[in-house]
Order: sequence, then structure tokens, then C-alpha cells
Amino acid sequence: MSTAPLSHAFLILFKRDLTLAYRKRAEIVNPLLFFVLVTAMFPLGIGADPAQLRDIGPGIIWVAALLAALLSLETIFRSDFEDGSLEQLLLCPHPLSILMLAKVAAHWVTTGLPLLLVAPLLAVLLDLPEEARSTLLITLALGTPVLSLVGTIGVALTVGLRRGGMILSLLVLPLYVPVLIFAASAVTTAGAGLPVSAHLFLLTALLALAVSLSPAATAAALRISLS
Amino acid sequence: MSSSSPAAALDAENLTCIRDDRTLFSDLSFRVESGQALVVSGRNGSGKTTLLRTLSGMRMPDEGNIRWCGDDIYRLGSDYNACTAYVGHRDGSKLDLTPLENLAFVRSLGDPNPDLQPAQALATVDLAGFEDVATRNLSAGQQRRLALARLLITRAPLWILDEPFTSLDTHGIAIVEELAHNHLVNGGMLVVTSHHMVNLDSTAVIHLNLSA
Repeated sequence: MSTAPLSHAFLILFKRDLTLAYRKRAEIVNPLLFFVLVTAMFPLGIGADPAQLRDIGPGIIWVAALLAALLSLETIFRSDFEDGSLEQLLLCPHPLSILMLAKVAAHWVTTGLPLLLVAPLLAVLLDLPEEARSTLLITLALGTPVLSLVGTIGVALTVGLRRGGMILSLLVLPLYVPVLIFAASAVTTAGAGLPVSAHLFLLTALLALAVSLSPAATAAALRISLS
Repeated sequence: MSSSSPAAALDAENLTCIRDDRTLFSDLSFRVESGQALVVSGRNGSGKTTLLRTLSGMRMPDEGNIRWCGDDIYRLGSDYNACTAYVGHRDGSKLDLTPLENLAFVRSLGDPNPDLQPAQALATVDLAGFEDVATRNLSAGQQRRLALARLLITRAPLWILDEPFTSLDTHGIAIVEELAHNHLVNGGMLVVTSHHMVNLDSTAVIHLNLSA
């Protein structure tokens, strides 16, 4: 038997998903557009008082990021499920959890990373203090991968259902709450000029936990969904 | 594990599958050896697809064991997956990739057949000249042939084919029958469901009727 080593399998699937995402560029833009539009609507809705915006800015950006992540979640397995290539991944001679990690990584690069790139602009839009902007980026960099990793477990459980969207939100949103609380409060705290290392350590711990546990949970959920 | 290994055999022992409180089949036992084909027939809903998904390892049987070369397939795990190639109702090709990219992907994740490059596999199923067309733009029959080309580019000795002749024309059916014949002659194994009469050397064929 001469199947490719693990890291190789990870890279092959990662590259395939990036290629596919590149060929369907329009789909990548959706969550990004949602993120920018929702955030941009708030100053119009509540008035352009800089002090008020500064107060609620971190919350707005994080809630919008969370909903954008939720919006993009379903695309991670949908086309693979419909064309049968998800079955083929299940049957290929590599640990499913490694392949799932590759899929989540590619999904995050195409949906989470763009949020990170436009976030500085939105921080300016909501007049976040200088000190809070770098913290916002750090929390997004630590937090959005957690959203992708945890969300994927929910998607794997609901992939065979015809109207899984509602159940998916109910399953996944409670698990998103810790990320939202720590990330938004880190940005607020940084804006007040206080140290935020405790928040960031907690987010890092959540990320470590999600990276190590979520692929195995996703793989198990997928086996149930497809059996 | 090469396809000519004499001990290679697939054993099903007392398989029972229950779906939605309905027993599809129970106490099913059979043995498929190197060079043999198992042709599963039966009415719609008699459990053909469920049996094939069970044999592929995607679904646990509700009772009974499946053994590959004497070992339980759930214990073998990915070693068993490396020995099987499954083509189901859905083709399993990515429509936004080209046929060549699809085959290269399967090849690099499986146990690659050193004697056959993806381009040659495409030529074998009469898809030469379609290497760089998006799979989405192929006809249903051509997409089916692409899915079957996947069988050739890994060295999996056990082919599990669910209705392989769907949307194929007579020419396509002839191609697939020839592939299956060569596979059996080379010591491979085949489990197939089909409504179409499968033209295979009758000495190598085991018939299993789930409606009987």
C-alpha cells in the first residue's frame, strides 16, 4: 500500500478547495458584503454620534462577523454533499479528521480571512480608538477560526437535512457566545486603555481547544449523517 | 496489498439491515473471491444501495460482520478503504474542476496505479479531448464515464458500483463491461447493482436477488 502521507493529504484537499473557491468567486463575496453592509448600516440607524459609536462599535463588528460566519457555514459541505464527493472523502484511505481540518482551513481562508482584511476600515468607520484597532484584528484572527471550526460540527450534523439552516443556527449560536463575549469585551477593554492579555489568552485557549477537538467531532458527525 | 493476492476475499456473514423500522434484508451471507463478481438485483427499495453502502464501510450493518481477507472491515479502517473503489448514485466529481483535475485529486489521495496516468484513464473511457473542459459542461453520460474512470487510477481490487450504467449509451455500456471484464481477469473483485443485464463471463458471477 502506498497512499500519500497525512500532511500531503491535507495539502491536496486544501488546494482543491481553494481552487474551487477561486472558480466560484461570487460566493466568497457574500459573507464579506454582509459584514460590511450590516456594520455600515448602524451609524445610519442610530445616528453618527462618535462617542456612542465608539461605545457599541466592538459589539457591532463582532456580532456582524459572527452572523457573517454563520451565513457562510452551510457552503462548506453543501456542494460536496450534492455531487457525492463527500462520500468519496469518507471512503478515501486517510483519517477523516485531517481531511475535515483541511476543509475548515480552506473555508476560513476564503470566508474568515476577508473579514479580517476589511475590519480595519470598519474600525475607522465606527471611530474605534487607535489602541482598540489592533486588538480588534487580534481577536478576529483568534476568534473567526473558532467560529469556523465549531460551526463545521453543526454543519456536519445537519448536512443531510433538507431544511437544516434553522437547526444549524440553534445548534451553533450558543457555542459562539463565549467567543463573542471575550472578543467584544477585549476590544472594549483595549479602547479604555486597560490590559487585554487575559481575554486574548482565553481566546487562544478556545482556539486550541477547537483545533484539537472539532475535526474529530466533525468526522464523527459526518459519518452519522452519511450512514 | 495487490489485486492478485490469492487470499483476497470479501465475506459477508449474516448481514441484517434495518431502515426506518423496516427490515431490508436479514441473515445475508456471501463470499466474493478474487476474480468474481457479485451482481445484486431486486426491486426498487429492496435494499441494493443500502447493501452496497454497507459493504463500502459507509454504513454499519445492524447485525452481522463484513470481513476483508479475514479481518473485520471496521477494524481495518482506512486500510480497507484503500482496497475499495465506490461509485454511487452521485458521481462524486467536482463540477467546477476539469476531468483531469478530478482524476488527479482522486489519484493523489488513494493508492495510485503506477501504470496509468489520469490522461490515459480518460482515454480508456473515451473522454480523450475533454481533459480541460469543466466537468459541468460534460453530458450526463460523459460525467458517468468520468466517475468510472476513477476506478482505474487507483489500485483498489474491490470495485463497488451502484447502477454504473445509468445515463450511459450502448457504447458507454460496452466500455464499462470491458473494464469490469479486464478487472476480473486480473484478479479483481466486483460488486454491482444493475437493472441492465450485466454481460460478464457467467462462471465468475454470483447472483444475489434481494427480492427473492
